[in-house]
Amino acid sequence: MVHILANAPAEPTGTVTYATADGLLGGVWLLVAIPLLSAAVLLLLGRRADRWGHWLGVAAIGAAFVLGLTYFLQLRGLENKSVELSLWDFITVGDLRVDFGLLFDPLAGVFVLLITGVGFLIHLYAVEYMAHDAGRRRFFAYFNLFVAAMLLLVLGNNYVMLYFGWEGVGLASYLLISFWSDRPSAATAGKKAFLMNRVGDAGLAIGIFIMFATLGTTQYDEVFTGVGGLTATTVLVLGLLLLLGAAGKSGQFPLQAWLPDAMEGPTPVSALIHAATMVTAGVYLIARSNPIFSANTTLQLVVVSVGALTLLIGCVIGAAKDDIKRVLAWSTVSQIGYMFLGVGLGGAAYALAIVHLLAHGFFKANMFLGAGSVMHGMKDQVDIRRFGGLSKYMKITWITFMMGWLAIIGMFPFSGFFSKEPIIVAAFEREDWTAWLFGGAALLGAGLTAFYMTRLFVLTFHGPKRWTEDIEHPHESPALMTIPLVLLAIGSVGAGFLLSTSVPDWLEATAGLGAQEEPHEAVLSHAVITALSLLITVAGAGLAWFLFRAGTATAPQPAGILVTAARRNLYTDAVNEAIFEKPGIFLTRALVYLDNRGVDGLVNGLAAGVGGGSGRLRRLQTGFVRSYATSILAGALLVVAAFLAVEAGWLA
Amino acid sequence: MNELQLPSIDYGALAPTLIMLGAALLGVLVEAFVPRRHRHLVQLSLALLAVLAALTFVVLGADDRLITIGGAIAVDGPTLFLQGAILVLAAMALLLIGDRTVERGGYFVAQAAVTAESAEDRRQAEAQNGTTEVYPLTTFAIGGMLIFVAANDLLTMFIALEVFSLPLYLLCALARRRRLLSQEAAMKYFLLGAYASAFFLFGVALIYGFTAGTPGRPAGVDFATVNAAVAESPASPVLLFGGMALLSIGLLFKAAAAPFHVWTPDVYQGAPTPVTGFMAACTKVAAFGALLRVFHVAFDGARWDFTPVLGVVAVLTMLIGAVLAVTQTDIKRLLAYSSIANAGYLLVGVLAPNSEGISGTMFYLVAYGFSVLAAFAVVTLVRDADGEATHLSRWAGLGRRSPFYAGVFTFILLAFAGIPLTSGFMSKVAVFGPALDGGQAWLVIAGVLTSMVLAFPYLRVVVLMWLSEPGESTPTVTVPGGLTSAALMIGVIATLVLGVVPGPLLDLTTGAAEFVR
Repeated sequence: MVHILANAPAEPTGTVTYATADGLLGGVWLLVAIPLLSAAVLLLLGRRADRWGHWLGVAAIGAAFVLGLTYFLQLRGLENKSVELSLWDFITVGDLRVDFGLLFDPLAGVFVLLITGVGFLIHLYAVEYMAHDAGRRRFFAYFNLFVAAMLLLVLGNNYVMLYFGWEGVGLASYLLISFWSDRPSAATAGKKAFLMNRVGDAGLAIGIFIMFATLGTTQYDEVFTGVGGLTATTVLVLGLLLLLGAAGKSGQFPLQAWLPDAMEGPTPVSALIHAATMVTAGVYLIARSNPIFSANTTLQLVVVSVGALTLLIGCVIGAAKDDIKRVLAWSTVSQIGYMFLGVGLGGAAYALAIVHLLAHGFFKANMFLGAGSVMHGMKDQVDIRRFGGLSKYMKITWITFMMGWLAIIGMFPFSGFFSKEPIIVAAFEREDWTAWLFGGAALLGAGLTAFYMTRLFVLTFHGPKRWTEDIEHPHESPALMTIPLVLLAIGSVGAGFLLSTSVPDWLEATAGLGAQEEPHEAVLSHAVITALSLLITVAGAGLAWFLFRAGTATAPQPAGILVTAARRNLYTDAVNEAIFEKPGIFLTRALVYLDNRGVDGLVNGLAAGVGGGSGRLRRLQTGFVRSYATSILAGALLVVAAFLAVEAGWLA
Repeated sequence: MNELQLPSIDYGALAPTLIMLGAALLGVLVEAFVPRRHRHLVQLSLALLAVLAALTFVVLGADDRLITIGGAIAVDGPTLFLQGAILVLAAMALLLIGDRTVERGGYFVAQAAVTAESAEDRRQAEAQNGTTEVYPLTTFAIGGMLIFVAANDLLTMFIALEVFSLPLYLLCALARRRRLLSQEAAMKYFLLGAYASAFFLFGVALIYGFTAGTPGRPAGVDFATVNAAVAESPASPVLLFGGMALLSIGLLFKAAAAPFHVWTPDVYQGAPTPVTGFMAACTKVAAFGALLRVFHVAFDGARWDFTPVLGVVAVLTMLIGAVLAVTQTDIKRLLAYSSIANAGYLLVGVLAPNSEGISGTMFYLVAYGFSVLAAFAVVTLVRDADGEATHLSRWAGLGRRSPFYAGVFTFILLAFAGIPLTSGFMSKVAVFGPALDGGQAWLVIAGVLTSMVLAFPYLRVVVLMWLSEPGESTPTVTVPGGLTSAALMIGVIATLVLGVVPGPLLDLTTGAAEFVR
């Protein structure tokens, strides 16, 4: 540390140091090890573990939650609330030293609780949900693997460890999206998610390489200490690459297209991975790297723009979809847009984004599990045009889903109000005209969210029945599925208030997140913004209620330009196809042609030449000693002649 | 009349050689006095014990740096390292030679004098145990090799050459199966070997003439005298260059370098497979040990004159070995051409003008020896009712029938091809690196290009084993007895370990890369 202090240039964030983990906190590694071990056992034992495997999976996550809570409480007693645990030297090649180390600080702590807490409830739910699936043990193995990788991602103390976890969750996500790989749509969705994530992952990887090239390290403390000494351009490039990685994982513009397709996986997967935890990894990355993002205002502007654009895209498309899980998926895209908006604003808004992330984890998991419960009762129907009137048949699902719905649209006093509204306020607190731009976008997004979520809620649980003929009496799901719903619903109600009052102070100890700036004067007063957002929310929800209270047609209706565009994902897929897929296919074909004609021709020609030469030379090996002796003699004469030529100076 | 001055003899430093030769003589007595049914066990134990004892003395004397017995023998780093290498590889070869479970009664004929293919010959091939004279013969050969790498004058070197060559000629003729092929191989090897020895001897004579008149020294063929003569002999340099050319021909013949390689495929194919392995591993070590000493000690002063000529020989060797390996259809011939190409790579190390070249060559010799013995061990196992199935078409689909041995053989082939994490990769690095540093980039370029060509025949065998459907005629792999298993495992593990942690052996060779003069 002395060495770093001596070389550290003056920078705004100050030197970052962590205490060494000891005592009880020395066992932080168990958080990753327990789910990983469980996954290994489930995969290695194979069918032998079929009968009890799912309970092992649930128990592993439960144990991780209890441990996480213990460590969390332990952390509260420490002075700087951050401990580092270096396990072993992971990579030592030349100048590159990568530590296999963990960092447990307030930011990691809240993520651990979210991942293991919500994860435990969803595991519990999945025991029942997957009960009739032959691959349940394999499902829990992948699920445990995901939790282990996600915990590694948030607990690593350097970017290589983060990348390790990052790829691990990517792998688990891929395996789980295409879990029902006999369905072509699931296999394709898995591939799509994998490919689009690769684009982002490549960005993150190059970002890490740049870190090593310019700073010579990937440890968080050393990177954050050294970032002040970098040029503005380097920081911008580094930040943009990290942002690309974050956008890929979190389904942000322009890499948002894979996330809705990922709903092909089992519903618990959608709830845990593609709503509550993994897709928020991008937000985590930016929040963790806040000293880098805070060091360049252009960078922050890009992050804010990505967030604002994505949140509107998500709302607009979500309003036009009819598949219950896809609507929820686009709402996830949109809500993560809010989080990106928050982390892009910088300063105190980092903490707001994290609060929204945690609150969102509860209410979105709640709604996804609710959607799963509805599908469970409706023979896997996902089209909201074929629901209606379910409030009488699924009381618990209805009430819990209502909590989630009120939370996401930001109704007082549900959790979304306490987590989303401060972000809108923060967006209005910018210095110039962009305050109107981003504030307006956030406000508009709130109204649209209220509209499409109300549409979803009303069409599913109220209005006339529009069921398909084969359903006579929808049933409520068994207790193992409704208990997690109830617990998550309680979280949707209360979490927002609790989190928004405690988490910002708690996060202050995390490197950089505590660096509070003087807030600028907002262009509108706080009270006006609050009133406006509530008004717009009520207006959006009211409009949806008015339009859909009497149900809707059961088949797609002709629509105007905007709705058609929204149904087609605002043509983003078409753009991807035109800009990347078509030229990519053309390039591939051209290369294949070149390879076949040019490279293969050359190589095959060479190979034929060698083969032909070999065949001819072989004939010299006649098997007769006399011809061998002759060739030795000829060789001898040549060697002697060569030596004599050297002696005579002919070869000089 | 002057009293005869007896040269001082350091028996401790000579102990390994003396043990091997003594054990060989004892082996001859065993043949005469021990009952036939005990001979196999006694002879094998005697040979292995002798190798172990000799190895112990090599290790104990690892710090010896001296010239003894009147300047005839130099005991120094390279000598001790190469003697150790020969002894370890010879122990593996003895394990293969002594196996009697794979081929009932051993790989050797019971009575070599019986006319081949006669009724009596068929009877003895079926029923009788192989001759046990192979053990004293092998022991003599090992003893000769130990002298060959330690010889400090050209005459001692010639004697040693004959001491280890003659038993090898005989061993080649003793195959139990396909005896005509075996006898033909031995005959060819003997005739051509004698022919090459003549070149060597003629070279020695010319060098002797060249050293006459060197200021302050009597004429002689010890390396110190030759070294001094290269610097300041008044004699015509034609003598030196002619002698150097003829001398190197004799040595390059043993090393199987082109165009003196012609015997190699026929002999490797005809000889009993364990003997082929022994020749491929140990003879290689001995021949290159002698080449290192001759060119780094005796002719050091003429380095810039011999390097271009021998460089061309090296390139030609790699090229011929690699190109001809492509169209081989017999696994033993394929390995023979691979061994020729490897001789080319080893010459690159010999020609590197620095001590890293010496250490790299020594590393290569050991690594290659382990791999090639393991390869021939697998060849002994792939067999049908008529003995070994060496034609490549018979190996099709072997991976399905015997995945373990096919996997082992694949690993060894990948090592030959120089794939990283095998010893083959490390040894190529060890010889090419010093050659680059020494300004011999053209040799390295030729080496890399021919390695690419050579990868093709290796991978062809791999593809054949794994991707072809097994045919009716695909033989099964015999489960080997303890001796062959031990040799095979030592070879495979050494190939892996030297590829993953080559450090200790590289340190050893670096520490041993200094000749005494």
